[in-house]
Amino acid sequence: MSADDLTPRQTEDGLHPEVHAPSDESARGPGGERLQHAEAASKPIRADAPREPQPRGAKVRGNRPIDQAEAAERFLAAPMHQKAHDERLWDVRRKRDVAAHGIPEWEELREIASQIKTHTLTHLDHYLEQFEAAAKANGVHVHWAEDGAEHNRIVLDILRKHGATSLVKSKSMLTEECGFRHFMAAHDIDVIETDLGERIQQLDDEEPSHVVMPAVHKTRLDVAEVFARTLGTDPDNDDAHYLAESQRETTRPLILKADAGLTGCNFAIAETGTVVTCTNEGNADLSGNVPPLQIHSIGIEKIIPRVEHLGVFIRLLSRSALGSPITQYTSHFRGLRPGTEMHMVLVDNGRSERLAMEEFWTSLKCIRCGACMNTCPVYRRSGGLSYGATYSGPIGLIIDPTFNKRKYSTLPFSSTMNGSCTNVCPVKINIHEQIFAWRKVLAEEHQIPLLKQGMMKAAGAVLSRPSAYRAAIQTADSALRILPRFAVYNPANTWGKKREMPHAPRQSFHAWYRRNRMKKGSDA
Amino acid sequence: MSARETILARLRANRPAGDFPLPEVPTFEPLVGDDLVAEFTERLGKMGGRVERAGSPSDPFAPVRSRLDGAAVIASAVPEFSGNRDLAALAGPTEVNDVDVAVVRARFGVAETGSVLFTQDDLIVNAVAYLAQHLIVLLDPADILVNIQGAYKRPEFGQAAYAVLHTGPSATADIEGVLIHGAQGVRSLTVLLLQRKKQAA
Repeated sequence: MSADDLTPRQTEDGLHPEVHAPSDESARGPGGERLQHAEAASKPIRADAPREPQPRGAKVRGNRPIDQAEAAERFLAAPMHQKAHDERLWDVRRKRDVAAHGIPEWEELREIASQIKTHTLTHLDHYLEQFEAAAKANGVHVHWAEDGAEHNRIVLDILRKHGATSLVKSKSMLTEECGFRHFMAAHDIDVIETDLGERIQQLDDEEPSHVVMPAVHKTRLDVAEVFARTLGTDPDNDDAHYLAESQRETTRPLILKADAGLTGCNFAIAETGTVVTCTNEGNADLSGNVPPLQIHSIGIEKIIPRVEHLGVFIRLLSRSALGSPITQYTSHFRGLRPGTEMHMVLVDNGRSERLAMEEFWTSLKCIRCGACMNTCPVYRRSGGLSYGATYSGPIGLIIDPTFNKRKYSTLPFSSTMNGSCTNVCPVKINIHEQIFAWRKVLAEEHQIPLLKQGMMKAAGAVLSRPSAYRAAIQTADSALRILPRFAVYNPANTWGKKREMPHAPRQSFHAWYRRNRMKKGSDA
Repeated sequence: MSARETILARLRANRPAGDFPLPEVPTFEPLVGDDLVAEFTERLGKMGGRVERAGSPSDPFAPVRSRLDGAAVIASAVPEFSGNRDLAALAGPTEVNDVDVAVVRARFGVAETGSVLFTQDDLIVNAVAYLAQHLIVLLDPADILVNIQGAYKRPEFGQAAYAVLHTGPSATADIEGVLIHGAQGVRSLTVLLLQRKKQAA
């Protein structure tokens, strides 16, 4: 028998023993075996009492550049949150590795997925027209929105025509981009999120911090506090089953009486006009199948040509995201239920402009799995909300500046450039190279602070000439050995914060190689 | 110019230079052994579902009898079992909210993942597969496909108004990674391996 073993090797102790819980409440199979599908942790991870206030996200001040480092510092100053977050995401990353390694053709699948996406993006006009024609033939109303504001207006118009005042929705990063909830609240439309994590975030008036696990930065104690305040649950009961059940019981009546339902879209199939959603809770299916009015919001880059291509993407998505072979529900909405109305809104919101950016257009291949976030050392230690943007983590660093170069000008610097994001990306986006390219663009356009500009200019001069680089390394290594702490760990050296600089080797690799391997001493 | 025309014009004007052909997708080797029932059973088990073999011809539902006996409202979408809530006679999907157990038949299963497929025609009322507390799924062992790639060659995806792959019950681990069944939808999913009745000619 060869069923995927989803358990990361238990010989690895994880990162933070402090957050390993002795007790385990996760669901079990009939034989008593511990289950770990969906976004379940492979072992109990628990940020225990005493209660530590949840660190909040970046301070957003209009168009001013987000100070991610400042918010990250506050996250690091909350050790229980930081450790639980780090541990949990690293666990998901390891589950992803196990799932990926279980498929011999994994690398081939990534390459094919990447090629399907680049092909579709470079023929998007054709495939969008095909999708529209197919959807119309299925009896669906198709709308086009140039930006988020137009998307919101279109949906509001549909709701008004039906006299609808309440809407249940499943998680959708596109609607986050559009500021959908805030817009609808201002127009007296009651919007109810139906994904548990997203509902927690809605009730706490926070944005999602992760594309797949919106409340992953919160501990159970935080959730207990939010639910006690908003749903009237027992503030002293932080049992995860009790909290989840309370949410189910309070959301169900809202689903039943909702006038309309809205879902996002993971994949839109051009040949059939189908919207595909992938969820673990079945909440997209409730949103799409219970209310009499059904709306699907679709980012135009979500198109893929044919149904058979799902055989590539569905195999990659959940394995990359959570290490599960598939989500609990993979749903294909194509046509109407009897007596209902179905709308699809195709949203551009900057995507067609991004297509013109030679170095950055392939970021449109993204299928929002979150693998790059889980693997990123900066993201795991700073939390998604520290980015102050709809998209956080490595993919956010390269997408956010396309929305606002000034506001998100600092984000591409929140990376160690280790390249792990690129290696786990299921559609082979060269994320770390694009992060570097953004740094160049932002420097050339004077969008970055003077200190960083000076440092980059100096680094550029040194890195472009091997002899200068070697001289600098020798100097820096000597300097690290002899400089007093205050000279290395000062505010000008952001890399000295919250970590020790590496011990400098007595001899650089180059010097060692010259002495031991290059007898002739030629400097080729 | 309409938003549609503006977007399409921009996509044409901004098309990246280069040739990007649509790749052929090769047929990959199955990752499962020959015993599809065993593979399906093990994989669905890992996703939180259960698989039971049908009981004797006189009582094929014996393995799920305790679940059925404990239910006040049973909605059946299959001829093999009569429930007490007629799905075809309902005015709307909210009327299945009090269903304890729904009995439905899957078009096919997928061994690679332990998934089952339903279409709108199979469910009669789509919402019953989510609003019910528990789901019992009839699956003919002969209807188990090898893998997801094979599943997406089936015609249902191009024909059904709604088609959905279920792989276990509704689940969440949004709170500290603690896995919980019955997030918003069904609390359990049990597949009963039961041959389809031969259609009368």
